[in-house]
Amino acid sequence: MEQTFWRKRLETIEPAELAAMQLKNLRKVVGYALRTQFYKPRLKAVGITSPEDIKRLSDIERIPFTTKDDLRECYPNGLLSVPMSEVVRIHTSSGTTGIPTVIHHTQPDLDVWTDLVARSISATGAGKRDIFQNMMTYGMFTGGLGLHYGAERVGMTVIPMGGGNTKRQIQIMKDFGTTVLHITPSYMLHIFSVLGECGVAVKDLKLKKAYLGAEPYSEDTRKMIEKLWQIDVYNSYGLSEMNGPGVAFECVHKSGMHVWEDVYHMEVIDPKTGVKHEDGKEGELVFTNLQREATPLLRYRTRDVATVLKGRCACGRTHRRISRITGRTDDMLIINGVNVYPSQIEAVIMKVPEVGNNYQIHLTKDGALDEIIVKVEIYSKMFKGDLSQLDKLRERIKDDLRASIIINPTVQLHEPGSLPVFEGKAKRVVDNRVKI
Amino acid sequence: MAKQLNIFVDNKPGRLNAVTDLLAIKKINIFIFTIQDRGEFGLIKLIVDRPGDANLALLDEGYASALKDVILVSVKDKPGNLHKLATALQKKKINLTDARGTVLAPSKLGLCCLEVDNIPAAEKALKQAGFDIIDIKEIYKL
Repeated sequence: MEQTFWRKRLETIEPAELAAMQLKNLRKVVGYALRTQFYKPRLKAVGITSPEDIKRLSDIERIPFTTKDDLRECYPNGLLSVPMSEVVRIHTSSGTTGIPTVIHHTQPDLDVWTDLVARSISATGAGKRDIFQNMMTYGMFTGGLGLHYGAERVGMTVIPMGGGNTKRQIQIMKDFGTTVLHITPSYMLHIFSVLGECGVAVKDLKLKKAYLGAEPYSEDTRKMIEKLWQIDVYNSYGLSEMNGPGVAFECVHKSGMHVWEDVYHMEVIDPKTGVKHEDGKEGELVFTNLQREATPLLRYRTRDVATVLKGRCACGRTHRRISRITGRTDDMLIINGVNVYPSQIEAVIMKVPEVGNNYQIHLTKDGALDEIIVKVEIYSKMFKGDLSQLDKLRERIKDDLRASIIINPTVQLHEPGSLPVFEGKAKRVVDNRVKI
Repeated sequence: MAKQLNIFVDNKPGRLNAVTDLLAIKKINIFIFTIQDRGEFGLIKLIVDRPGDANLALLDEGYASALKDVILVSVKDKPGNLHKLATALQKKKINLTDARGTVLAPSKLGLCCLEVDNIPAAEKALKQAGFDIIDIKEIYKL
């Protein structure tokens, strides 16, 4: 198989040299962290008051973990380590209770990220002769813009479609001879189901590759999509706290995703004890972004569960590979590629006076796509007897959820006391989706 | 003007039964009933002899129940009479949000229950057109 490298020297760096580079960059990023309100006291508490206090790479383990809740508490600027005038972009993602988490980027930060995406794309064998249709959502969600700039850097012809509008997507794929897609696995299956309706067959298209991410899917689903579409499918991993896509990506061998370790220092821990796992043992991924100025994040607990694969990949890259993400250590839901916490939904509906205390979230499949049904109970004292009041209430809850969490739910109103009540920590989520 | 009981219920078997069971125990007499289907829920609308008592009984049991003002009209049962009623409302630009009616004695008497956006204006218009507005107790006298 032909190998295409973007930064061959960095991608095939020997472990000793990689460790030396990581140490140098860790010191730098600790220096940035010491300028933030959040990290300064935390690092001081473990005896780190200057970058020189990091003597060896393993000193990273002295630093306490950073969690999503920490990020929320830093909202909006608690983690900012440069003057705002140096910040060229802000991305926010969903917080667990409605307060978003913020990542600021300087121009050098964006350059590093873009370069990693370019590296990822090159590893799949794609290049400047490819037509790249980006079906991931643009905007605050990092999936869209992240791949967009990386693809441009590689020199691909980029079609910035964004999500949705399936028939137009198919038309564009056909008219411009799209060769590479970036998309969620469920949407990839959905488009296939609409092809026939548009009078388009797979052979009418020039599609060769698809980068699938933002949602978990199985190896069987990969094989099925590859067969249906007659293409190669590559698994993509990223999270907005670590810039976005391009944290880890599959090469042409499709045997696990290479984590770009010159930028992302990776640890795998036992989510309960925080104890570090050896390679090969499943656990929670913990990343330190070694090359970001504006928002340093040290030992960030991703809540994503995966395994570091042992041994080197046949492609010659020395960067370790991870398995697919096999689960979460929190209750985050992924709905059509959007990350949603039940507590966020709760925060929205509990602000509505006509709604009682009990609610439930049902997840089902409508074809290949996820459907979310939010069931709420009417608060009897607020009921005025009008159908119009109920219709407005349903619309209001829907609008509020759409605006704050970017989901498009069906809202159902129920009688007081009709939804099941659970003892202790209520089981609010009923997930009837068939795993893909 | 009369009071109508509007009860919010889940749209599933047994909910009407639960409501009527409670009202039967409380010896509430139902004159008119209608049920509206709105997907996962429905609205039961009742004209009863003791709406205040019925409402309290339902609220005590945890139902989302409310009293709504409606207009009860007794009409002669003859061709063109509903049209006459509609014309009276239309002239004053009064909008009906819901309505139901039935004949009580063929060729003699009918009863309408009207939900409108402006009750005083509707009552005035109907009286001017010669209709009899009644209250719930008067149903027994019809």
